[in-house]
Amino acid sequence: MKSIWKNGLMLLAVVLLVVLPLLFVNGEFGGADDAAEGIITEIAPDYKPWFGPLTELPGETESMLFALQAAIGAGVIGYTIGLLRGRQDRQMLNDQKN
Amino acid sequence: MGKSGIWRFAALIAGFTVYFLLNEPGTAAAMHIMEGFLPVGWAVFWWAVFIPFFVLGIVRLNQMTRNNPELKLLLGLSGAFTFVLSALKMPSVTGSSSHPTGTGLGAIMLGPLPMSVIGSVVLLFQALLLAHGGITTLGANAFSMAVAGPFAGYAVYSLIMKSGDREKLAVFCAAAAADLMTYVVTAFQLAVAFPAADGGVVVSLMKFGGVFAITQIPLAVSEGLLTVLLWNWLKSYSPNELSLLKRQTKGGSL
Repeated sequence: MKSIWKNGLMLLAVVLLVVLPLLFVNGEFGGADDAAEGIITEIAPDYKPWFGPLTELPGETESMLFALQAAIGAGVIGYTIGLLRGRQDRQMLNDQKN
Repeated sequence: MGKSGIWRFAALIAGFTVYFLLNEPGTAAAMHIMEGFLPVGWAVFWWAVFIPFFVLGIVRLNQMTRNNPELKLLLGLSGAFTFVLSALKMPSVTGSSSHPTGTGLGAIMLGPLPMSVIGSVVLLFQALLLAHGGITTLGANAFSMAVAGPFAGYAVYSLIMKSGDREKLAVFCAAAAADLMTYVVTAFQLAVAFPAADGGVVVSLMKFGGVFAITQIPLAVSEGLLTVLLWNWLKSYSPNELSLLKRQTKGGSL
């Protein structure tokens, strides 16, 4: 099988793994840590968090920061791949000349 | 409607689409142990366990970049991959959401120790800015995501590579193992801190494991696939060995 097909299939599998639970599982899809918090209050009803988050940003700002986090990462990955590809191209050009 | 009119209309639609996409009400979801949710003793304990790995990680990073400046490129890439993946909150089969960790790739390329530094930088960013995880629980979260995960991933990678040269399978399994191990350890950390009144740690572990570990299984598969994708992509442009293990055995350099 050509590698482009293999890569395409892998991407499709990732998408399906996200979409299928949304379609077939009936849930709120809140964070797993909120669910864990529920268990903690169930096991130890008296437990009080002894330290709160330093900043509590609005939900929108938080999602902006998450997007920013992903964007920075994606930028660096793109830079690295581009750099490697550029090097390879230059290498090939040099090889052809000699 | 002239040509410019069509463009203006299209821009308006695009603008609204983006606006509604961004304004969709979402629940804040975070997956690490939250601020203040570990009793003081355990919070201190996990900080104490984590710090030696962090120090060793810094030493290792210094060594690596001094001997081989080119490794900085892979270092940046590992950090970037962790940044992207830990920002992706995916829905899972349990009806909860969680996110992958992205630490497996770096563990394969650089070894597990440098990841203790890279992973904790990501966690610090999330704890300070996103109220995701926390400062008091950073020791515990860093131990699970930046130490236990990468070590598990590296171990799985070396094991599969030694039993045969199936590199892509090894990369997939290593990434999935690093991801899953992170949340198994998280469940364990919560279970020992909050043993159930009857049944103790084991019952608690089942409960927390049900939330964290089961949610994580499909995500671990996704992370494995995404890591192999990036791996293939890198491979097609880089003639040099990407993995630490292969560089060492072949004496190649990148």
